[in-house]
Parts: sequence; structure tokens; C-alpha cells
Amino acid sequence: MKSFNCIGCPKGCLLCVEEENGEFTVTGNTCENGKRFAISEMTEPKRTICSTVKTVFEDAPVLPVKVSSDIPKDRIFDVMREINAVLLDKRIDRGDTVIENVLGLGVDVISTSDILNRK
Amino acid sequence: MNNFDVTVIGGGPAGLAAAIKACDEGARVLLIEREERLGGMLKQCIHDGFGLSRFGERLAGPEYVERFMDKLSEKTVDVRLLTFVTRIEKTAEGFCVVTVSRDGLERISTKTIVLATGCRERTAKQVFIHGTRPAGVFTAGTAQHFTNRLGVMPTKKCVILGSGDIGLIMARRLTLEGAKVLGVYEINPTPSGLTRNIHQCLHDYDIPLYLSHTVTRVFGADRLEAVEICEVDESYKPIESTKVRVDCDALIVSVGLIPENELAESVGVELDSHTKGPVCDCQLMTSVDGIFSCGNALHVNDLVDFVSASGELAGLSAAHYAKKAQCKVNIKIGNEFLYLVPQQLDLNADNSRVTFYFRSKAVREKSLLRLTVDGQEVFKRVYPFLRPPEMQQLVLNMDKFAVQNGSDVRFSIEVAE
Ligand SMILES: Cc1cc2nc3c(=O)[nH]c(=O)nc-3n(C[C@H](O)[C@H](O)[C@H](O)COP(=O)(O)OP(=O)(O)OC[C@H]3O[C@@H](n4cnc5c(N)ncnc54)[C@H](O)[C@@H]3O)c2cc1C
Repeated sequence: MKSFNCIGCPKGCLLCVEEENGEFTVTGNTCENGKRFAISEMTEPKRTICSTVKTVFEDAPVLPVKVSSDIPKDRIFDVMREINAVLLDKRIDRGDTVIENVLGLGVDVISTSDILNRK
Repeated sequence: MNNFDVTVIGGGPAGLAAAIKACDEGARVLLIEREERLGGMLKQCIHDGFGLSRFGERLAGPEYVERFMDKLSEKTVDVRLLTFVTRIEKTAEGFCVVTVSRDGLERISTKTIVLATGCRERTAKQVFIHGTRPAGVFTAGTAQHFTNRLGVMPTKKCVILGSGDIGLIMARRLTLEGAKVLGVYEINPTPSGLTRNIHQCLHDYDIPLYLSHTVTRVFGADRLEAVEICEVDESYKPIESTKVRVDCDALIVSVGLIPENELAESVGVELDSHTKGPVCDCQLMTSVDGIFSCGNALHVNDLVDFVSASGELAGLSAAHYAKKAQCKVNIKIGNEFLYLVPQQLDLNADNSRVTFYFRSKAVREKSLLRLTVDGQEVFKRVYPFLRPPEMQQLVLNMDKFAVQNGSDVRFSIEVAE
């Protein structure tokens, strides 16, 4: 049996997962997301990344970004290297893509702020 | 025009929600912000997790707050940036708000005020540490500003004092950017941040958390070179024999937030010693008739969704404000509470949908929350657990409980069977 806290919401339920012949039984969760998270932690743990990319603009030297959906936990630092290699020279908007299909993981790195673009 | 129905001070999520709501209700609204951009603290909270309950999405801080900024730009709210409110005076018609900006001093007349000034961080000076005062000691919020707004890394190898959420979030953020976070040291026997942040910010990156530990000394002349760490006993006294020196170039302090209420105090708003924010009724009006409070200025929230909701309520109440007789009843709480807001009930107002927020003082197992009016139990609810970092929200129809002028209205928490 493994037990860990859910990160889905501030409740932080203590989840317990039991594995038997490849089947998982989850207890301690108070919603379906908790169950999904518990199973994914056992099979392929995933996380999001929120970070910043450098820009050439003085009024906003960095732009906040995130990955468009969760990535495998063990690729976090690989993706961070890609994010840190960017120097943005276009005034892109919130939601615009900064890196398409980063490292072939099937997710984009997207802007989370309109700081470069708001009048 | 310098004449308004509602003047909102502070352009963070609370102030934005208040201004939008008050405008929707037909009031002439002014929003004042001292920085060059709206958004408040969320401008630098680039991590995600915002807006889960309001939008059902896990948004980054800027994404969340910019939705409100977009909405505001469709309204007729008068917005003044780089404008600092220095003083509030009472007048016959309401209030005079004195501001300073690049255009100089201005006097604004307004019927009501919504205080949405947020909170500030406790600093290293407010915790007792021996030694020199080298560079490299700063709050987690300052580290966050450097990293997320200026793109400047404030440390290569650091120690974090205090397990507040901002500290946990910065532990992960600095690690992602290549810094070494040697550990998070918490003087209390339990962490002060949310459990999920312990998991996703510390465990995920193998950052150790030391409970019942504190920093007792800093070393270094110009720049911090090391800190001294000590375990503490049950009375929080450092245990000499556990002293160790840890080399680092920064000490990041995350020891809590305090509502920002200097303006409120200066105009005579009564503060609650538990929340350090104003004492409010269920419409979020303070002890000064016509002044309302919301967001982190009212009490330190852990969820921005609650901040926005309180802003909307304050904006609604301010827009509909009319001077009238009040009949305020204090809502009492037992020692088991850290705090409860709002603290008063105005019997002349509509209290059919009151939202209470509370925190327990200690970590508790299965607990029963009870509300009594003049000794009669009128409501109870069982909680599987209560923890101080996790604020609870409770919506009640207080009108149906037959509260009278002078009634004893009291919340208590006890062990549930
Ligand atoms: C590091 C950190 C991490 C957080 N993480 C989360 C999270 O993961 N999820 C979540 O939901 N919430 C989180 N929060 C909480 C969230 O940031 C706050 O709840 C929210 O920002 C509070 O909004 P506010 O409008 O009350 O205050 P603020 O955002 O602080 O805004 C107050 C505004 O008032 C202005 N102001 C103050 N005084 C004056 C004056 N005299 N004149 C003019 N303007 C003035 C300030 O400049 C500021 O812009 C976090 C907070 C911090 C600090």
C-alpha cells in the first residue's frame, strides 16, 4: 500500500492506493479527481510547470508561461532547460504559444499573461 | 470629476471584484492603485492553482486576475494607477480620500470606501535572529518578485525559514531555476502551509522539511555566508546541543502575512486582534459607517476565489449603501478558533445568505461545529478534520435563527463522537 496527499485542490486529501494484479483500489479520496490522481501517481506521475521566459523588453524582462497540460514528472528539468533557452522578441498575448510541442511531449509552452500586450 | 459613490482602494483581485460589482449595480466607481499595473499580488504568483472553485480551472495567478482586468476595461470605472492613498477624512457627505500621484496631491469626495489594500509579509525583523544584518536575508514575496517579475535569481543556495505557502512555492520555483534549497525550517511542530504544497513543492523535489527547528543566528559581513539552525523544545526554546551551521547565500523568510490596515486604523476602523483586519458585519461594513473591507485586508485568505467573492460582496454593499440605523450583535467564538469572519450581525440588514470563514486554532481530528443563539443550538456540522492552514467556508441563513438585539450568538468547536 502507498499513501500520499492529493494535490488537486487545497483539501489535500490523504490518499491510500492498494495494488493487486495491476488493479488499483483508492481510498481516502473525496472526489473522482483524487482517484485519477492516485492511479496516475502509481503508473505515470505527471506535473505541470509554471515558469517564466526572458524577453528583450525593458518594461517586462520576463513573461510568465506554463505547459498547456501536465507532463511526465521525470521530464520537468528537461522542459525547464527548453524554457530557459527562450529569448522572446515579440509582444505576444496571453494564451499564445511560446514553444510548440516541447521536446515532442505533445504539449505547448504558452504565455499566461498579457503583460507584453496590455495598453 | 472627483465625486464618487464608491472609491475602491487597491487594485488586486479583491479591489477588482469590488469595482466591477459596484459598477454593475449602477454606482459611480473609482479604483485607486499605487502600482503601475492592476493585479496586486497575483502579478507575481505565476504558479497555477488559482480559480478552481470560480472557473473550475487551474489558472496561473496572472491568468486569473487578468480575466477580471479584461472585465473591468469594459466598465465605466475610473481607474487611477501610480496613485497612492495617503489619508482618509470624514466629511458631511461621506469621505474625502487624499491621493498622491505624479500629478501631485488630490482630494476626492466619495460616499463610501472599499478597503482592498491586501496584506504584507512579516519580515525577518519580526522574528528574533542574532547576528549581523548582511544582504541576502529577504521575504519569500521579495524573492518571488525578483524571480518572477524581474527575472533575477536572488540565490544559488538558500535556507527557507517558515513553512508558509509562499515559502513552499518559492522552494519549488528556485529549485526549478537551478538553485539549491537546503531545507525548509519550521519552528512549529506542524507545517503552516497547505498539505498539497508540502507534497508538490517539497516532496517532489526532495527538499527536506524540518519541523520544530529555527534559525538562531546569521553570519556574514556584506553578504550572508551561513545561518545557525537549532531544534526547539515544546516551549519553542532553542536546544543548544542541536546547533548546526549551514552555509548558504540567502535566508528566505516565510513567516506569515498580516492584513494591511494602516489607512483603516487612521480613520478609526476597529480591528480584530485575531485577524488583524477590521471587525465587519455580514455586509462587510467596518465599524466606520460607509467603509467596507475585503480580500486579504480583511483576513489572510488561502484561496483567491474567496478573495474575489468578498470583493464582490463589499462592492455590492457599498453600491447600495444608505445611512440608516444599525443594530449590531457580536458573534462570539470559543478558544478553539483562530478566528471567524464576519464578526458581527446587523439585524437591520438582509442576513439570509451569510458566508462565514473560519480557521481552527489547532490541528483537530473529527470535530463538531455548533452555533447557539441564547443557549439554544440552531446549527451544527461535523468536519472530518480541521487544520489552521485550511480555511473553512460556511454559508448560513442567519435570518431564520431568531437573533434579537442583545442575543448571545456563539460558535464553538468540540470533539465529535
Ligand atoms: C506567494 C503567494 C502565493 C499564493 N498562492 C495562492 C494560490 O496558490 N492559490 C490561491 O488561490 N491564492 C494564493 N495566494 C493568495 C492570493 O494572492 C491573495 O489571496 C490575493 O492576491 C489577495 O488579493 P487582495 O486584492 O486582497 O490583495 P493584493 O493582491 O495584495 O492587492 C492589494 C493591492 O492594493 C494596493 N494598495 C495597498 N495600499 C494602497 C494604497 N494606500 N493606495 C493605493 N493602492 C494600495 C497594492 O499595491 C495591491 O495592488 C497567494 C498569495 C501569495 C502572496
